[in-house]
Amino acid sequence: MFIYILKRLFFMIISLLVIVTATFGLMRAAPGGPFTGEKELPPAIQANLNAFYGLDQPWYKQYFDYLVSIAQWDFGPSFTYKGQTVNDLINNGFPVSFYLGMEAILVAVAVGILLGTIAALKHNEWQDYGAMIIAVLGISVPSFIIASVFQYFLAMKLGLFPVARWDSFMHSVLPALALATTPMAFIARLTRSSMLEVLSNDYIRTAKSKGLSKNVIILRHTIRNALLPVVSYMGPLISAILTGSFIIEKIFGIPGLGMHFVTSITNRDYTTIMGVTVFFSILLLVSILLVDIAYGLIDPRIQIAGKKGD
Amino acid sequence: MDKVLEVKDLEVSFFTHAGEVKAVRGVNFEVRKGETLAIVGESGSGKSVTTQSIMKLIPMPPGKFVGGSILFEGQDLVHKSDREMESIRGKEIGMIFQDPMTSLNPTMKVGRQIVEGLMKHEKISQSDAKKRAIELLDKVGIPMPDKRANQYPHEFSGGMRQRAMIAIALATKPKLLIADEPTTALDVTIQAQILELMNELQEEFGTSIIFITHDLGVVANVADRVAVMYAGQIIETGTVDEIFYNPKHPYTWGLLSSMPDLTNEEEELTAIPGSPPDLVNPPKGDAFALRSAYAMKIDFEYEPPMFQVSDTHFAKTWLLHRDAPKVEPPPIVQKRIQYFREKKQGKGEPNGSR
Repeated sequence: MFIYILKRLFFMIISLLVIVTATFGLMRAAPGGPFTGEKELPPAIQANLNAFYGLDQPWYKQYFDYLVSIAQWDFGPSFTYKGQTVNDLINNGFPVSFYLGMEAILVAVAVGILLGTIAALKHNEWQDYGAMIIAVLGISVPSFIIASVFQYFLAMKLGLFPVARWDSFMHSVLPALALATTPMAFIARLTRSSMLEVLSNDYIRTAKSKGLSKNVIILRHTIRNALLPVVSYMGPLISAILTGSFIIEKIFGIPGLGMHFVTSITNRDYTTIMGVTVFFSILLLVSILLVDIAYGLIDPRIQIAGKKGD
Repeated sequence: MDKVLEVKDLEVSFFTHAGEVKAVRGVNFEVRKGETLAIVGESGSGKSVTTQSIMKLIPMPPGKFVGGSILFEGQDLVHKSDREMESIRGKEIGMIFQDPMTSLNPTMKVGRQIVEGLMKHEKISQSDAKKRAIELLDKVGIPMPDKRANQYPHEFSGGMRQRAMIAIALATKPKLLIADEPTTALDVTIQAQILELMNELQEEFGTSIIFITHDLGVVANVADRVAVMYAGQIIETGTVDEIFYNPKHPYTWGLLSSMPDLTNEEEELTAIPGSPPDLVNPPKGDAFALRSAYAMKIDFEYEPPMFQVSDTHFAKTWLLHRDAPKVEPPPIVQKRIQYFREKKQGKGEPNGSR
């Protein structure tokens, strides 16, 4: 197990290196720079700025300097937010996105699995159709529409929640729900189809022939096996939600990480783009690793650590 | 002998988009204490539906009991609720399925899968149940049972899994064991071992067995009595000797002549022509008439009744009517019968292909 994780960490570093290199190359390949504006800067100031941020150096020097600083967890100063480093941006934005994201994931997983299970157990009955209508709506209606609908009805009309901003738990409810809708719908559909598949398996009939009650069969023999596809979907989902959804954060005026991710690109804020991308990649790689470990725990046929001793 | 199970005029249908599939069309049989009844027939003849109805494992809907009764120790199972069935399934009636590869839960330890059934039906502590599970694994011939109990099904071979299934089915010493083609998915040497194990355990526990198979060779090895099923009906029933030495129904002849046999290398295997009838619209008259070389005019008009051949031997064919022409089984079947008889004198029991 330990060796397995070490091995995975090694490969994660290699993937990160590739990601950093590709982002670095792509960014430099695009025309324009951080200080290109509508108003032309005097050449002297331009040169000064370039010298300050190291942009006058040859590209390979910039690249290696950057690698060294990333290895020290230093993403450098932001080009657009004066006096702030990219580390500051991440440190300020990520906790907000993390809180919002965890709330959304909890809702998505709990409600999604519940809906999917009900739909599968009441296959082709009204509960099934109801759950699947909710799921189809959740998948096909974009989150910004859902967010606006929530804001209009739940916040403005009924006044149950604040419309926007980020102050208290109540402020987080609507954005978390809006963020959770799509993954919740997706998880519901995944759970339903894999439940139905598991329920048609021979070993469910065996369990029944042992005289086990319906509830025991579902709890002990069905749900665990049906959750495998959901678990594998969790990896990308966790990192996508944790780094924040730009749209939801924008609509609710939440100072999360997603906002920086998008604005940094339009601003040509090289260091922020790089920093956020690397941070996002690390999150993705770690959550995939966690998912793989969880997979091995749920399904004994998947042996992650090679042959277990005996 | 007391009857453990009595199935009377059982009719089971599946209501599908194509219409009502009459999978079981009036089946009668009984199982006595300690005996083995083999139900033989080709795929789709209704043998699995019949036995799964006894356990009420048929998904309903689309399945439905249309008529008849299933008397287990005198109580009718057809009208039992799901909850009442829970105390019969696994306790009074155990079941073994065809494919041991898929019949065990892949994410649960084998020992746990035995313990589960024990704890449901007996007031027994977790650790005692675990002990019993290990004893059972030992009894069904699994080496190092205490270690094996902590393994998952994928760490077992096919034969081992079927042994584990037998351990699950027999854990609570049920009065009736239903084995639905338990050896079909196994290779021949393992088949023989599993059959032997079932025979041994039957003697020890006094369990009655319903053994479903399409392999007549297996039947000769395990059964006391045989019921041949075709198109949702039992068309011939008798003791093993009667079915093998004195078969009366043309379909039984067909089954006997299509049985692979090591002794007649030169002869080609004869197959029964055609395929089983559509059970949405079962044919008028004798369901086998269309495929039978011995079909008479009446076979296409009226369904034959069960004719009695002996106290224990019945067959559902017009050929047994006193006005019917005298027909002998085809030569290949006669040869086989001759061969079975010779073998019986040599070995003391009829034997088929294996």
